[in-house]
Amino acid sequence: MLLLLFAVVPLVGWHVPWVLPGTLDVVNSTGTLEVLALCFMFAGIALGYDVMFGFTGLLSLGPVLYFASGVYVFDIALTRWQWPLFPALALTLVVSFVLALVLGAIALRVDGIAFAMVTLAFAQAFFYLIEDNPHNLTGGDTGLAVSNLRLPSILSGAVANTRSIYWIALAFLVVTYAVVWLVTESVTGHVFVAIRENEARLNVLGIRPFRFKLASYVLSSLIASAGGVVYLLIIGTAVPSAVASTTVTLSVLIMVVLGGAGTRWGAVAGAIIYVYLQQYLLKIAALPSFTTLPAPLRVPLSQPQFLLGALFVLFVIFVPGGIAGLVGRLSTKRAAPSLASRWRDSKVAKAIEK
Amino acid sequence: MSVFLSITFSGVALGAIYFLAASGLSLIYGLMDILNFAHGLFMTLGAYAGWAVAVHLPSSIGAPGLFALSVVAAVLGGALAAGITEVLFIRPLYGRPVSQILVTIGLDLAVVGLLLGGFGSNSVRIPVPLWLIEATKVGSANLPNVDFLAIALGLAVLFSLEWFLRRTRYGIIIRAGVENRDMVSALGIDVGKAFTLVFVIGGAMAGLAGLLYAVVFSGDLVSPLQGDSLLIFAFIVVVIGGLGSIRGSALAALIVGFVQDYTNLYLGGHSGFAEVGNLSVVLLLALVLEWRPRGLMGSVA
Repeated sequence: MLLLLFAVVPLVGWHVPWVLPGTLDVVNSTGTLEVLALCFMFAGIALGYDVMFGFTGLLSLGPVLYFASGVYVFDIALTRWQWPLFPALALTLVVSFVLALVLGAIALRVDGIAFAMVTLAFAQAFFYLIEDNPHNLTGGDTGLAVSNLRLPSILSGAVANTRSIYWIALAFLVVTYAVVWLVTESVTGHVFVAIRENEARLNVLGIRPFRFKLASYVLSSLIASAGGVVYLLIIGTAVPSAVASTTVTLSVLIMVVLGGAGTRWGAVAGAIIYVYLQQYLLKIAALPSFTTLPAPLRVPLSQPQFLLGALFVLFVIFVPGGIAGLVGRLSTKRAAPSLASRWRDSKVAKAIEK
Repeated sequence: MSVFLSITFSGVALGAIYFLAASGLSLIYGLMDILNFAHGLFMTLGAYAGWAVAVHLPSSIGAPGLFALSVVAAVLGGALAAGITEVLFIRPLYGRPVSQILVTIGLDLAVVGLLLGGFGSNSVRIPVPLWLIEATKVGSANLPNVDFLAIALGLAVLFSLEWFLRRTRYGIIIRAGVENRDMVSALGIDVGKAFTLVFVIGGAMAGLAGLLYAVVFSGDLVSPLQGDSLLIFAFIVVVIGGLGSIRGSALAALIVGFVQDYTNLYLGGHSGFAEVGNLSVVLLLALVLEWRPRGLMGSVA
């Protein structure tokens, strides 16, 4: 139902003041569609990250590596080598798959905190590699804008094509959701959760956790790479500070925790809320009435990073299960008295009372 | 030869700063199982505290005096930030290690965001006395005086930390806590106090590291994102040295400093190799993990 609503959004021109940031209050305007497409893209990546972090319990601080490899390999194949769309896509996924397999196998030699640090270090190394601009492939600091004559015209990033890119982002989210749903509901998915809950017991049962951890890592990384491809289609250019820095990792982590780690729709909701808030806060900070506020108020409020970071801290301390946990708790609270009252009303209870 | 000597020397200075940044992280991890992301923030805040003191005090104190006060302010600033973090944000989350990591990440983002809002991405300059900018001639090599300062302070901290951990009551409690936290609290010792203490010590060292890094390697400049980029190398040093080991951190800091400096010198000049120093450090990390997943001096437990 919701899906259908989102699918037809580009076709209608509703006017929704205040809900969408600033001048974007027409639902199918280019800006709005772009924000929504970014929401869907990050929702997909957050879902993939949730498989590894929420379900398998692996705190990786390196998902940005695969996001960046998705963006850059795709960009380089399209722009530097002028490959057609599908070979470029295939190359991107193969490269990311091999990267994830090799680096994952090394990083998974350690666990817990050390794993987090090692994945962070690998991601940072990749960032340096991109900045280094080897063989003039990545464009270094200045980045690399997509330009490919063979790209189908509906994808060329022009304003009129935002609609098709929006649908691609939505399709990416739907496919990712389906894959994640299938995997987490399968036997493999149950092993993932078992690793999170008690890895030692799995060892005793004769199940080697390593392969499953690697599988979870690779799946999550591939989804991040595919998300990178979608990102490049939406934004049209790759800049290391926006695409490959640790900030991306931390954003995805925050999305998952805000939404509720280990729940599928929680990750999606967290990502959509995060991206939406980020864009909205930026628009508000630019309003003329806002810039006249006194500095001690204006400076903190004009920094989405500060507000989102503070919100995140509050969530971690006071709302441990994230939005999904909150909703779950509220609905069980409502369910609990009804169960009790049903018991009171039942014949058995009345018989005991007598 | 003189180039080799001065590069070696600056490698040791870099190692000294990495040691200051990493040993606190390592202690915090060893005692509390926390990957403290806010450590980069402590470094940045320490450097800003040093800058604020030097800029706002009257210059009649004299440049060397002002700089000494900057160093003190950096240490105190880092310690204060760390103490507040532990009491307000870590303490409510005892027993939830992942949440503790997450809260330090959020804190780092929020306060760095605030600094970015206040200072923009522009750097501020810490005033330093003239002799810190000069160099001393040793044999045929010109060795910068700031490197001497970093090495001297690094060694001083290493020895006082070793003394504190081995000879004082609280130090022994901390070491025992790193060994086996449950046993220490079972003996009726308040581990909570040790947690705060470890955070304060780590924060003080981080503040010092932040100031020294600004003075030695970034031309006296301080920027909001500086600590976070230093933090990643501190993490690498901690993992290579072995989580929870101070001597491991010292050794690994030195090795990482050397590797970064030598590769930068011998390979960094080629085009497309500007970041080779940073990359080779990560490669070193991967090699050490392949060979010894617990790090150089990590405990077996």
